Amino acid sequence: MKEKIRVTDLRKSFHHLDVLKGIDLRVQEGEVVCIIGPSGGGKSTFLRCLNQLETVTSGEIIVDDFVLTERKVNINKIRENIGMVFQSFNLFPHLTAKKNIMMAPVDLKKMTRDQAETKALELLKRVGLSEKADNYPHELSGGQQQRVAIARALAMQPDVMLFDEPTSALDPEMVGEVLQVMKELAAEGMTMVVVTHEMGFARDVADRVILMADGVIVEEGTPDELFEKPKESRTQEFLRAVL
Amino acid sequence: MLIKEIQFVGIDVMNFLELLRDFNEVAGEATPLLMEGLQFTVLVSVCAIVIGIVIGLIACLMRMSHFFLWRWIASAYIWVVRGTPMIVQAFFIHFGLPQIISLFIPEFTFTVIQSSIITTSLNAGAYIAEIFRGGITAVPKGQTEAARSLGLSQGKTMRKVVLPQATKIAIPSMVNQFIITIKDTSILSVIGLPELTNKTKIYVGATFNYFASWIFVGLFYLILISILMIILKKVEASFSYERKN
Repeated sequence: MKEKIRVTDLRKSFHHLDVLKGIDLRVQEGEVVCIIGPSGGGKSTFLRCLNQLETVTSGEIIVDDFVLTERKVNINKIRENIGMVFQSFNLFPHLTAKKNIMMAPVDLKKMTRDQAETKALELLKRVGLSEKADNYPHELSGGQQQRVAIARALAMQPDVMLFDEPTSALDPEMVGEVLQVMKELAAEGMTMVVVTHEMGFARDVADRVILMADGVIVEEGTPDELFEKPKESRTQEFLRAVL
Repeated sequence: MLIKEIQFVGIDVMNFLELLRDFNEVAGEATPLLMEGLQFTVLVSVCAIVIGIVIGLIACLMRMSHFFLWRWIASAYIWVVRGTPMIVQAFFIHFGLPQIISLFIPEFTFTVIQSSIITTSLNAGAYIAEIFRGGITAVPKGQTEAARSLGLSQGKTMRKVVLPQATKIAIPSMVNQFIITIKDTSILSVIGLPELTNKTKIYVGATFNYFASWIFVGLFYLILISILMIILKKVEASFSYERKN
């Protein structure tokens, strides 16, 4: 198995506030890692560092053998390989679902217009939204929008997918449809890092669960280890509060 | 008899009827003159709006740039234009600027049309820059993040994702600015641009038909601006995000 992500002693501060205080993480190809933990613990900031939406204060991030934290690196090229799904979907409101998916591959000359259109329709079918191809985002429900957003990220054929609380902005009845798509993706062998509050998803799908709080990794292990026999008191406390 | 009775109520009917007759006369005499003037009003307005959009977009991007010099230049430009009356700008560009330039290029002058287009374009550009900036700031940050996370460069993100949305947000203010620009061309009569207001002034000077003439030219402006608004309504509708069947 190839190592996809290697993070070494990652630190990030906003002004004088230390948000990440030295994170080390390795993710193997095809692994699904779920990051759980209390709000404000640095989960989202950490995830956003992985594709450099946040710059880091110090430390090293390597994705696919590219050192992201080096200055001279072509970050746009590397980002093509790292898909990201956001809590607030962030679909482009001026483009239809299909065009949302087609834009990046066509614009970055990864595919011709026809290839991208075929790919977009195929992806929409995969997330169960074939009939919504020509609808604009505001005509879709939250769950549908998030599924289109996942399809959009997949259109670039990334090696790694980052999910930043993908179901937190959804009405409860729509959470399932999004998690289902993510589950299928995991089963197909996609390398995934998921920040989530869905403990059920973490337990069922993750290969490894990480509890992050106060800017450090408090505990990590298989879902069984972490949910059934948590060692750290901070973990026990968090799980008591959410389960 | 009738006239005497109404005069009794205090209205000078004779004069009133005369004003109405003037109106008829003005419509006949002044129309060809005003049509000439209209050409200049439209020419200068269209140039000002088109060039103003280009200048405005550039100034807006400079103002939002990370490089302090661009920011500084754009801010200074917007500050000067917004902080001085257009009539002063027109005088300066038509009479002041050539004086400086002729130190280097002897006998340098601007034609009235050149000065008019430069003045209105620079003027509109500064306001349009601020309108664009408002639109860009109103596009949620998540849009940029989504585009960047797909691998789009900063420039592509701006062109493909931010600007189309910013433009839609900016349209109502933009329409407002276009209307102001059209009306502001009347100020250029002070440097001698033979546009609608100037032509009317000349006509009134010769005939003294104040009431009818100024109403008449007002109608010209009303019609011109109404046409613009109809066109822009269509443009605005084309920006709506609805499924097109």
